[in-house]
Amino acid sequence: MTRNKTTLYALSTCSHCKSTKRLLSECNVEYEYIEVDDLEGEERKAILADIKEMNPRCSFPTVKINDTVIVGYKKTQIKEALGIKNES
Amino acid sequence: MKVEQLYAALKKSQEAKGIYFNKDKELVFELLEALVLNKERYGYMACPCRLACGDREKDKDITCPCDYRAPDLEEYGACFCGLYISQALHNNEIESEYIPERRPPEKIF
Repeated sequence: MTRNKTTLYALSTCSHCKSTKRLLSECNVEYEYIEVDDLEGEERKAILADIKEMNPRCSFPTVKINDTVIVGYKKTQIKEALGIKNES
Repeated sequence: MKVEQLYAALKKSQEAKGIYFNKDKELVFELLEALVLNKERYGYMACPCRLACGDREKDKDITCPCDYRAPDLEEYGACFCGLYISQALHNNEIESEYIPERRPPEKIF
């Protein structure tokens, strides 16, 4: 399997974010995890600007897998972007 | 407030309005715990699935139950978080689907 660069932008309290985390762990994916509600000041502003560029609605979770951006806990799309076969 | 108390109080008040908790009780308790946590850290029950800024006035639209709950229940049968569902979804008259974010991004700080 080729190595994917995966980043999960999430909130610590969000249920869809937790589901996404569980999915990535189940798939043994190494990923960068950014908990946006824990960020403050300039750091928060900068991350929000990055998210808005990928996902203008700035909602959570936002997952970036290589050049693919997936908004929300969309299991099939996330697995597809990771190159994992989905069960039919 | 304990989560069990919150569950009982909200179940009663919301069901009177024809609004139900999600049938996934684990999800419901996870979200109620998050609401209690947000009440502790912000002073109000900001939506667990959205980025609160800590200013009660600015976050008024996402204080649970949020301003977007009614249109989301109407259109998708559930709120953005999935905590609340409509009578139609509760009665299995419609199927659950993905709910896109309705909150305008300019409200996020």
